[in-house]
Amino acid sequence: MIHSLFLINSSGDIFLEKHWKSVVSRSVCDYFFEAQERATEAENVPPVIPTPHHYLLSVYRHKIFFVAVIQTEVPPLFVIEFLHRVVDTFQDYFGVCSEPVIKDNVVVVYEVLEEMLDNGFPLATESNILKELIKPPTILRTVVNTITGMEKGETHRELPSWLPTGQLSSGALAKDWIDAIIDKSGSTITAEIQGVIDACVKLTGMPDLTLSFMNPRLLDDVSFHPCVRFKRWESERILSFIPPDGNFRLLSYHVSAQNLVAIPVYVKHNISFRDSSSLGRFEITVGPKQTMGKTIEGVIVTSQMPKGVLNMSLTPSQGTHTFDPVTKMLSWDVGKINPQKLPSLKGTMSLQAGASKPDENPTINLQFKIQQLAISGLKVNRLDMYGEKYKPFKGIKYMTKAGKFQVRT
Amino acid sequence: PGASLRPGQGSGQSERGVRGSEHDDLKEMLDTNKDSLKLEAMKRIVAMIARGKNASDLFPAVVKNVACKNIEVKKLVYVYLVRYAEEQQDLALLSISTFQRGLKDPNQLIRASALRVLSSIRVPIIVPIMMLAIKEAASDMSPYVRKTAAHAIPKLYSLDSDQKDQLIEVIEKLLADKTTLVAGSVVMAFEEVCPERIDLIHKNYRKLCNLLIDVEEWGQVVIISMLTRYARTQFLSPTQNVSPGSEEAATTALPARKPYVMDPDHRLLLRNTKPLLQSRSAAVVMAVAQLYFHLAPKAEVGVIAKALVRLLRSHSEVQYVVLQNVATMSIKRRGMFEPYLKSFYIRSTDPTQIKILKLEVLTNLASETNIPTVLREFQTYIRSMDKDFVAATIQAIGRCATNIGRVRDTCLNGLVQLLSNRDELVVAESVVVIKKLLQMQPAQHGEIIKHLAKLTDSIQVPMARASILWLIGEYCEHVPKIAPDVLRKMAKSFTAEEDIVKLQVINLAAKLYLTNSKQTKLLTQYVLSLAKYDQNYDIRDRARFTRQLIVPSEQGGALSRHAKKLFLAPKPAPVLESSFKDRDHFQLGSLSHLLNAKATGYQELPDWPEEAPDPSVRNVEVSGGERLNYSPSTDPESESASDSKSSSESGSGESSSESDSEDQEEEKGRSSERVSPGKEGGMLSLSHSLKTHSHDGCFGWLHGSLWWACLLMGAVWRSSLGPGAQASEPTWGLLWLTPSLPSYFPGFSCSSVRQGEELLHRVAGEGLAVDYTFSRQPFSGDPHMVSVHIHFSNSSDTPIKGLHVGTPKLPAGISIQEFPEIESLAPGESTTAVMGINFCDSTQAANFQLCTQTRQFYVSIQPPVGELMAPVFMSENEFKKEQGKLTGMSEITEKLTLPDGCRSDHIVVQKVTTVANLGRVPCGASDEYRFAGRTLTSGSLVLLTLDARPTGAAQLTVNSEKMVIGTMLVKDVVQALTQ
Repeated sequence: MIHSLFLINSSGDIFLEKHWKSVVSRSVCDYFFEAQERATEAENVPPVIPTPHHYLLSVYRHKIFFVAVIQTEVPPLFVIEFLHRVVDTFQDYFGVCSEPVIKDNVVVVYEVLEEMLDNGFPLATESNILKELIKPPTILRTVVNTITGMEKGETHRELPSWLPTGQLSSGALAKDWIDAIIDKSGSTITAEIQGVIDACVKLTGMPDLTLSFMNPRLLDDVSFHPCVRFKRWESERILSFIPPDGNFRLLSYHVSAQNLVAIPVYVKHNISFRDSSSLGRFEITVGPKQTMGKTIEGVIVTSQMPKGVLNMSLTPSQGTHTFDPVTKMLSWDVGKINPQKLPSLKGTMSLQAGASKPDENPTINLQFKIQQLAISGLKVNRLDMYGEKYKPFKGIKYMTKAGKFQVRT
Repeated sequence: PGASLRPGQGSGQSERGVRGSEHDDLKEMLDTNKDSLKLEAMKRIVAMIARGKNASDLFPAVVKNVACKNIEVKKLVYVYLVRYAEEQQDLALLSISTFQRGLKDPNQLIRASALRVLSSIRVPIIVPIMMLAIKEAASDMSPYVRKTAAHAIPKLYSLDSDQKDQLIEVIEKLLADKTTLVAGSVVMAFEEVCPERIDLIHKNYRKLCNLLIDVEEWGQVVIISMLTRYARTQFLSPTQNVSPGSEEAATTALPARKPYVMDPDHRLLLRNTKPLLQSRSAAVVMAVAQLYFHLAPKAEVGVIAKALVRLLRSHSEVQYVVLQNVATMSIKRRGMFEPYLKSFYIRSTDPTQIKILKLEVLTNLASETNIPTVLREFQTYIRSMDKDFVAATIQAIGRCATNIGRVRDTCLNGLVQLLSNRDELVVAESVVVIKKLLQMQPAQHGEIIKHLAKLTDSIQVPMARASILWLIGEYCEHVPKIAPDVLRKMAKSFTAEEDIVKLQVINLAAKLYLTNSKQTKLLTQYVLSLAKYDQNYDIRDRARFTRQLIVPSEQGGALSRHAKKLFLAPKPAPVLESSFKDRDHFQLGSLSHLLNAKATGYQELPDWPEEAPDPSVRNVEVSGGERLNYSPSTDPESESASDSKSSSESGSGESSSESDSEDQEEEKGRSSERVSPGKEGGMLSLSHSLKTHSHDGCFGWLHGSLWWACLLMGAVWRSSLGPGAQASEPTWGLLWLTPSLPSYFPGFSCSSVRQGEELLHRVAGEGLAVDYTFSRQPFSGDPHMVSVHIHFSNSSDTPIKGLHVGTPKLPAGISIQEFPEIESLAPGESTTAVMGINFCDSTQAANFQLCTQTRQFYVSIQPPVGELMAPVFMSENEFKKEQGKLTGMSEITEKLTLPDGCRSDHIVVQKVTTVANLGRVPCGASDEYRFAGRTLTSGSLVLLTLDARPTGAAQLTVNSEKMVIGTMLVKDVVQALTQ
């Protein structure tokens, strides 16, 4: 199945290679580099590249390409899923997955890879099992790495911070991401919520947990961690499981019925170019809507401006903004939205003199965060433990974030 | 020996010097006796390998350490060996004996590790040794070793394909294995070595279907993919398509043909894979989706759409693959994805390759009803800044226009408007698409052609220019005045044009010459003369050929009379179709499908057979004389009934015919019990201990991963010590665990072991802490004894010496089998000893002294009543028969109410088995639970029945001639259940 793995950084250096069968020369990566050149952007490199004798399957995460070499027919998702599992494992081991961290821990990385596959077929891929086999580096090291400005890991690392340390505890974080496309006039074209429940379990023995919901009917499209007993879910709509140690994603769900999705923010925009003038008007205002009384925070507005825009001179009513005249990327870090005084960004755009007005309208991308609210309305009823006698700490938190939230103009 | 080394070949002289010295220090470190230095050296070497640096010249120095005692060093040596053995075959042979010894080790983990490394060093000379090792490992008692054997099969096959026949024998043997741990690996080996031997699957088909949900994710993918192929060869197509167009034939043939009835085994596969659509693994979901697409009746395929759409929210690489497959499926089954149309809407932040695939799907999904929405969406895409994407959108609009007649004019108008777009690429793409659309109804669109003709002045993109010229030539009679003028302009710029444009200029000239020779004769000749001396031979050829055709000459007259027919024949409009059309002849989800080309090793998805092969090949012989001979019913009426039967009975081939769900539990339980005890007694019983959890289908988690975790790391053992206790062993590769580890396991034989009890507190014991647990294993010396595991740990700072049992003062009848004296227990260490106590079927405490060299402690073990018995396995009928004999005084009944938290099967069973060491008796009724056991000393039966109503009301009955035990047991069970 998987023959070899190469880790390639964005400047095209192969900084780690691992072979599970006979060695494949690293020159096979030349085909990858060709494709990379053609694609111009990293995310457009095709995940599957055929070469005369091999196939290269790759994923791109944390600015690293993980390129697997295979020789024979295999379901591509099998390999891609595995590669993502490798990245998740590294993240779990080292807190972050980046080139310097991998280089620093190269022996551990190599041993982990050795255990994950045998002759190219997955052997041990659960991070809790791997950690028993190969010790992760000490926590101190990881902390140092995090402090010294490594990029932050993925969001589920937020979880353990609020759980009491040194105590038997089980916590869950229900998180909703709201994906939406809002059209010019402010009406919703499509909106859906994808959510997950991430769990962090630090319990001894063989605890048998059940998690029940106030409104399980919401969850009609779900996927489970393999520890969840599917039959009980089917019959009782209860999550019953014996958890692995540490962090894991218990459940992912998806809510798509359009009328169910509350859109928590709105954007008023007025972006206009005029044919005659080399100045354009730009004005956007962000405001709350259907937030169930919670504050919207961490708002960031970004927009890719058309090529014709040379510069922008804008004044925000709050927060800071930047415009990069090279990439034409406008970014406005708004912060919290105060419903009494809505944040706005106004000003003018200077366009190329003489050129006609751009055809394209920029889309506005929004990021935001709402604490203590799962916008899907999902509520955990209770979390019970059986099979062990002690009383663990139990906690559940909710959060809503913008996923891919776009406003067309 | 390090000094005699030759540097590796192929490295340059100067480099060798530098590297040589650098490696000398590594060799020195490897030659020392200090493990820390060796470890450091090995770490540096492995880091070199990881960076792709050549470390092969260190081979002799490293290979010497293959038998190193330090496990960390050993592990890295193995890593090195596997990497370089192929290049240094002779030296590698030095290490073989170490592994051969390992293969005979009493510890299963060492056996497995030896086999894994042995099979990974690709040295052809050891093929016979490998073959032998694999054969032996395939009948090993440990499922983990058998799994390793399955992994080794493809390795050996790739080393020497002559071994195929022998390997197939091993595969056949392992396919019959009933543990989930082995299933995925052996099917993988099957797929790599002998995918054509579909006959090997027959007997194992039902078992594989039933095990599937408990296999680990990677194995699931492989098994599902293989079963898809299998099903295509063994079952009839569920969509018995009456071939379209031959309705008459169909009606006459129909009465003769039997109505289609799905084979129960076919149904079994569909039913058992469906829950896996909810797996977290995208690969598993895709595997099930393709299985349904290829095997399910049309009406049932729809279920996969939701799951596939869910995958679209995953990483972009996953999206890429899923969208490719959705694109193929959406051509055949548009209705399936139509409800999810909006999920394919494109965001400006999507990578271009994803955008284009989504566009493909949207186009496939466009229909009469949703086309207005789709077109409105497309309009916004056209204003995108991503020009490749805009071009693809224009193509998509063209396809919608050809497929849906109603909107053709709207689309055409929209495209014509795009001709005034400022971006040339947009205009060019529009021209190309308009050209195709116009071919469908040229007569009505003279105006558009004129408009296009004007564009020749401005538009520079060759493809667009060529398209315009072709259009004008083809429909020159619609634009009689403009056409010659265009030719004039093109003649002028001919030499500067691109090749495809030149070819079309020649075409245009020829067509005009034939229709309007008066105006264009000279122009044509001019163009042809220019072309005659063109640098491109295609163009020269075309010019010569055209001249011969259109200009009448003496010899070529025959052809030129038909020139008009040749050039101006009515041409069929091109069909704009998806590049994904007909891709489904490749198995979906495969690499070949994604590339639309056969990849190496791709197994064709066979067509459904005309006649179903004999279904009885899947029947499994019954072993052990139990009654069962299931043969799939051919009676259509009983399909569903036989269906459910098959699911429950097929897998193990040894199940009896109780009700379905019960049966399945039984069967799975049995599959783990089946393995005979022996050295692995401890760990096998672990799998047993997990059986109560696994039967409800939790995606193989327990059978797969957690099982391993327990197996390999002693996690259960560790956690049973309670909070705070941590394994003091260094953690190491799964293949290199110490031989002593299995000795930690024997404590876990039964489904639910009680928590340990304290025998001696560490304060009272002056640093010696003692716990005990009832292991529920038969005590090896005397079957009447309860086996008690005593766990000692020394928390003082001096060693404790000479631990033994002192003179016991025992009540009448009670006897003790002492544990062997523990010579010394170092500070911080702990150890476990086993002792047996015959309690004589009473709950009296056994008092004895625990002595060390210096001290004596008085301790006492009082057994809970539930520990005085051992489980008995019997059928429901036997149970009832025995129960009938034990009525009156021997029957104790108690009413109770089960609390909310304790109404599910699983919890009730767990609670009862925790309290009492009883075996569950399979029951027909869902609200009844029966358990049976015998007291250890007298062997009297203890039968426990719990009748639980869904409302919570329940009645507990215990039948036993030992009335005291019965009474106490009722009390304990009631307490446990109502707590």
